[in-house]
Amino acid sequence: MKRTGAEIIWDCLQRLGVKCVFGYPGGAILPTYDALTRSSIHHVLVRHEQGATHMADGYARATGGVGVAMATSGPGATNMVTGIATAMMDSSPIVCITGQVGSKVLGTDAFQETDITGITLPITKHNYLVTRAEDIGPAIREAFQIASSGRPGPVLIDVTKDAQNSSCDFDWDAAKPRARRVERTSFVDVAKLAEALDLIHGAHRPVILAGHGIIVSGAEREVLAFAEAARIPVALTLLGIGAFPASHPLCLGMMGMHGEPWVNKAIQESDLLIALGMRFDDRVTGNLKTYAPNAKKIHVEIDPAEINKNVRADVPLIGDLRQVVQQLLPRLKQADHTDWIAQIDDSKSAAAVRDIQNLPDNGHLYAAHVIHDLWRETHGDAVVVTDVGQHQMWEAQYYHHDKPRTLITSGGLGTMGFALPAAIGAKCARPDSEVWVVVGDGGFQMTMAELATVVQEKLAIKIAIINNGYLGMVRQWQEFFYDGRYSSTPLLSPDFVKLAGAFGIPGYNVTARSQVQPALCAVREYEGPALINFQVEQEDSVFPMVPAGADLHAMIRRPTPLVESASDA
Amino acid sequence: MRDRLKQHVFVLYVENEPGVLNRVASLFRRRGYNIESLTVGHTERPGISRMTIVTGITEGAAQRVEANLYKLVNVLSVQDVTFSSTISRCLALIKVEAHEDSRPRLMELVRVFRARVIDLAPQSVIVEITGSESKIQALMDVLLPFGIPEMVRTGQVVMSRGVQRTASGANGASELALEPETSHSV
Repeated sequence: MKRTGAEIIWDCLQRLGVKCVFGYPGGAILPTYDALTRSSIHHVLVRHEQGATHMADGYARATGGVGVAMATSGPGATNMVTGIATAMMDSSPIVCITGQVGSKVLGTDAFQETDITGITLPITKHNYLVTRAEDIGPAIREAFQIASSGRPGPVLIDVTKDAQNSSCDFDWDAAKPRARRVERTSFVDVAKLAEALDLIHGAHRPVILAGHGIIVSGAEREVLAFAEAARIPVALTLLGIGAFPASHPLCLGMMGMHGEPWVNKAIQESDLLIALGMRFDDRVTGNLKTYAPNAKKIHVEIDPAEINKNVRADVPLIGDLRQVVQQLLPRLKQADHTDWIAQIDDSKSAAAVRDIQNLPDNGHLYAAHVIHDLWRETHGDAVVVTDVGQHQMWEAQYYHHDKPRTLITSGGLGTMGFALPAAIGAKCARPDSEVWVVVGDGGFQMTMAELATVVQEKLAIKIAIINNGYLGMVRQWQEFFYDGRYSSTPLLSPDFVKLAGAFGIPGYNVTARSQVQPALCAVREYEGPALINFQVEQEDSVFPMVPAGADLHAMIRRPTPLVESASDA
Repeated sequence: MRDRLKQHVFVLYVENEPGVLNRVASLFRRRGYNIESLTVGHTERPGISRMTIVTGITEGAAQRVEANLYKLVNVLSVQDVTFSSTISRCLALIKVEAHEDSRPRLMELVRVFRARVIDLAPQSVIVEITGSESKIQALMDVLLPFGIPEMVRTGQVVMSRGVQRTASGANGASELALEPETSHSV
């Protein structure tokens, strides 16, 4: 039976299990939107195509499945670029389908023509320019496979208008992705496994560096068993949060630029780092020359290009993390590392008195209080989607995630404006989960138009704006490194409660610690979307902090004047 | 020393599709690496092309380039043959000024280098030479005094010596998928 290219798009998406698509129509994608009326797939109309890509990304991260975004040619496609780059940096499987001008006028600067496959070439895992209806099915099937296999990432399919309009015979089975080659990650090196075990068994001060790859590969249980059997403390990357339970005694917390002192200290003093699905990002290592100088490194990673990129691996184990850890587990000898763990615990309790959670209520509202109360109030069970900046780091420090896929955040690219649309995607994917947006006043204003999408889709998303009247993280860097010259960081915001009201969303202003818990309660009990504007301390900073490029152990600690009644450690 | 720049030669088998050259070249471009020479041509297998890329980079960079090239979906296999036993050839066409009095000496030089004269005009000849980069350079050096109004040379093409195939596993997509990859080790 002859089908149009547009019909084939929806047919393929449906067969691939896609429940909803985030998109925005336009000229070059009109035939596909027309065929949508004959499909059972739900379409979420976004307010900006960047939002569509973040939603697809949030959808993917909340479930592990592939998120789908759709847009027209030209500006529709270029608006997706930020979201695609975000997904690329954080290995998130999304497929973007864009309309393109007719194949006859490609390259003529036709109306709304842009070379989107050229533009997205370095920020996609792969992309396609499809000019014939019969090539659509194979491209979509292969795109899903590429996006979700190996190290996941975004794939873009640019479909010309005539390819959408023309008809051809469509055979789902014949559109099966062809095997191009053997992936280098399919074989785990047995000799290397033995070397890794030798290092593990010989280590006195080992630390596991738990990254996003654990979550992507679904290896949480294996990693837990591994850490418990060998009694190895676990430090988390930002995207690794949730890969190992925060409440577990072996969990140290987040490492790196805003990692707690005992975490970074443990890494610097360790004699073996077992890196699991992480890529030694500069925000994690600080100065590479002084990074964990006495530690051997085992690097378990699915992407061979990450091996020896930043940190030289003594034993690289290339492969799917779950499979690698499964092969290590049965040969792993029990250990206790009592002295090592006691040593870390000592530095932990010494640092705790500086912790803002232990401060008496002095009438000021600190963001850390808000996040801490949110964690307590939601019993740590919410899916929290953050934006980028100070609030993101406070979330990572004070919301304790025990389960994977409960923190969704833009790590590698650090995309402001990510939170609200990504939360929409997460809520679409997991309608029964409590989804919280934690966002700054700056980032929220980048994509707040998506509030209309929240209302149109009747999504019960809860929004916590951490409002300090500044682009806080940049202000903090200006305070620390630019002699306090606050260049373009003081930020005027609208009345967020009134703004929410204009969308029909109830809102609350909170200015004191005592109001936090009641506001959270009210918002959680409300059945629809709701917003709280937390007016927090304006010039608060995220501590500790390792300045960019500095040694990991050279951190700026929490200032002691804050501690008031507690004694300094 | 890890940081020293060295000429590295990569041999790639790629799918012969629009945009593949762009994807490959883009990997070098975004890292600021200059491609010294690049040669692409069909292979004995329909739909599969072979690229030879020469670039001056550090050892660490070469490892990353190789790994990243292999991440490209259209790249079927890749090998850094810099340290392998290989045969390397380029071809050059050199237009040389040749007057009646200088011509005999020119022809003698061409013979010594086992080059060929493939075009003869009243004031010039075109010399064709095949050989290693250094052989071509040597001929260039001796021809320069005659006057070279124009020349063109291809990039290097490289092949492993003996029975071993360069960038193993280039027998076409279907066989590739069944054959364990052996060229890569970390």
